[in-house]
This record gives sequence, C-alpha cells and structure tokens, in this order.
Amino acid sequence: MSNKMHIKLNVNGEDHEFLAEPRELLIHTLRERLNLTGPHVGCETSHCGACTVTIDGKSVKSCTMFVAQANGAEVTTIEGIGSPDALHVLQESFREHHGLQCGFCTPGMITRASKLLEENPNPTEEEVRFGMAGNLCRCTGYQNIVKSILAAAAELNAVKEAAQ
Amino acid sequence: MIPAAFDYYRPNDVKGVIALLNEHGDDARVMAGGHSLIPMMKLRMAEVPHLIDLQDVVALKGIAIGGGRITLGALVTQHELIDHDGLAQTAPILRETARQIADPQVRYMGTVGGNVANGDPGNDMPGLMQCLNADFTLVGPDGERTVAARDFYEAAYMTAREDDEILVGVSFDAPKGGQAYEKQKRKIGDYATAAAAVVLTKENGTCTSASIAMTNLSDIPVFSQDASDALIGTSVEDNAIRAAVAAMLKDIDPVEDNRGPVAFKQHAASIILTRAIKSAWDRA
Repeated sequence: MSNKMHIKLNVNGEDHEFLAEPRELLIHTLRERLNLTGPHVGCETSHCGACTVTIDGKSVKSCTMFVAQANGAEVTTIEGIGSPDALHVLQESFREHHGLQCGFCTPGMITRASKLLEENPNPTEEEVRFGMAGNLCRCTGYQNIVKSILAAAAELNAVKEAAQ
Repeated sequence: MIPAAFDYYRPNDVKGVIALLNEHGDDARVMAGGHSLIPMMKLRMAEVPHLIDLQDVVALKGIAIGGGRITLGALVTQHELIDHDGLAQTAPILRETARQIADPQVRYMGTVGGNVANGDPGNDMPGLMQCLNADFTLVGPDGERTVAARDFYEAAYMTAREDDEILVGVSFDAPKGGQAYEKQKRKIGDYATAAAAVVLTKENGTCTSASIAMTNLSDIPVFSQDASDALIGTSVEDNAIRAAVAAMLKDIDPVEDNRGPVAFKQHAASIILTRAIKSAWDRA
C-alpha cells in the first residue's frame, strides 16, 4: 500500500533522485528532503501562496501537489531565482520599495511575480493585482508589493532594451 | 495534513484509465489538477486507495474550434481557457468565467473536466455549460456516450457519470449574440454567493433567444427555462428583466450557510442575474 516510488526531479537546475511515498507533498520534499526552505508552509490549504514554486512553466502551490505528480518535472524555487550575493531584479525591487515587512510571504510573492513578468513583461497595475491574486500578505496591504513588481518590470525592460 | 497512503498510477491513455477503474472499483479515483481532490484527501474526507493521475493522457488535452462547434478536452486548464485567443473570439464567456475561478496558481492546475465532473455545486463551469447547452462525453468499458450538461447533475457530487466511466471532454455550439458571466463572491478564491451565466441574441432591438443558468444556488447548477423564456420577444427592458429574475427565483433553492441566509442569497442572485442580463444585452 505505502510502496515507495522512485522519483526524479530537477530542482533549480540540479537533478535529484530518491525514493518517496507518492502521498508526500511537494512542499515537504523541497523543505525537508532537499533543504530548500525558501518556499514556506503558510496555510497549507492552497489559499495563501507562500509555498508557490514554478513547475514546468506553471506557478503552483506546492502544498497541493503530491511529489508523485511532480515526478519528472522541472521545479524552480526562490533559491533558483536569486541568491544573497546576486539578488534578482525583483528581490532588489522588493527591498527598494518596501515590498515586504515580515517577509514570510515574500518567497512565494517573488516566485509568482517572476512567472507573471515572464508571461506579461509589461503589465498594468490591474494586471499585476489580478496576476498576484493567489498570494496573500498580512503586512503590507499590497500597495508596495504592486509598486515593487511594476518597478521590477520597468527595470527588466530597460535592461532588455539596453542589450538590443 | 498528510493524506492516507495510496497507490499512484499515471496511465497514458484512456484505455489504461478504464482498466484501472475496472480493476479497483470504488477504491480508485481519477485526478486531473487535483485542487478539489487533494484538499479533501489531506483532510481525510476522501479516502482514495488507488489514485489515477490523468496528466499523461494526451487524448484529454486540447481545444478544437471548427464548423461552429467548440470542443474542450477534459484536461484543458482554466489558465489555457483564459490564454486562448481563438476562444476569446468565438466564446468570450469562457474567459470571463475562468477569470473568476479561484486564483492564478489554481487556474494553472484546475481543469474543465474536473470542474464539471466533480459535481460540486460551487463550481462555475457546470452552470456555464448548462447555459451553453453543452454535451459531456463519457467513456467507460462499453465505449463512449454523450450526456447533456442539463441532464448530468443529480445532487451534490452525484452525476450521471458511472463509477467506471471518465469524462473525456465537453462540446457545444459557439454561442451567438451577447454573453456574460457575473459572480458575487466574498473574496478571491471563494465559491460564488451567487453567479449567473447569460447568452442571448438581439434582432432589431428584440431578444430572439436567451439562455440563463445559475451557480451555487441549489445542490446542482440551475438552468432556468422560464427565466430564459421571459426575455424572448421583449426588448429586455426593466419589466422583462424583473420577470426573468422572478422566474429564476422560483427555480433556485439556496440553503443558509456561511455565505449568508436564504433571503440574502435570493437578493444576491437577483442582482447578479440583472447585471448579467444587462451586460449580455449590451454586448448582443
């Protein structure tokens, strides 16, 4: 019944292979097995978005996916987006514009925002709010989160233009 | 919140799915995006000893538009519905509805098939499919059959689908005229307090056809023939809208819950349907 499965995952560009029960939730795989503690366990009921990661190009709440479903997938967590020595533009922007207070929701916010900007590099404020609606923040009131994402979009576009 | 242990299967064709359902009977469940089933499993309100993940069944994917007919594979996600320019042209009500379901992350996973087959009265696609007079295609050990969306729902979580069948897709004629989906909810990600799907056609200022269905106002979605008929032949003036709303109120059967008492739900349903009719008429 509780037979373990052979799981293969590529997380932040690195291949991992291990045995796991299919019922293991992806958030626990990431945090406890792979020691990637950026994605947080917030509500654990697919509402808050603190556990958001990118799986094969989709923003997914990793508390609501079994590791078996992710078998063979490519996963990106906040650790794969930036590092303390080389912050992503979004991370810089959240710091600059006070897009966080306690910081608990921030990894999920930035992971989701990075996918949003990939799909829509030039969003309006309304599009940012619509696209970020799956991530809850109890501190900021969202104003500065939206400001941070819009500023990051402008910065990323400026970099892209300069490169052309 | 860890669910009970289960065996996991990921077949890559419909035949493989049906064989597993046959083998394990009531102990097996199919899962598409899993965003209804997994929370229930985590709460241990659903026990699924054999979980069949549909993600590799390629035949259940894809959006087809042709000859005035639209077919959606069961695994088409809400995100894909929103993203699809062809659908936005031929049936904009799909995008309008999908945008009001859950949140971005859930919409990457949540599917049309799961939404219509689950039988949860809170789901938005069942009411929409009744409004569009869609057909659901089911496949079981004895082959394929079609059930009209308007005949599919029996009670909460009870549908015409047999235990050894799966829903493989939905199809409907591209709707003509004006269309609107209006939804009142308490917060992002919530189910509707009241929602209404309306499609109607206008010729020389007169309504020539109308279809109205309501979400989460009974234990099944409610297609209201009488509300639809109340608009036909009128110029959809305030009196006609009031008659349609009155007819709709006779067909719904809301219950009191944490979204409010019955009278409030009737009130919300009236406002939402009025808005949906006005919006569809403006667009017709």
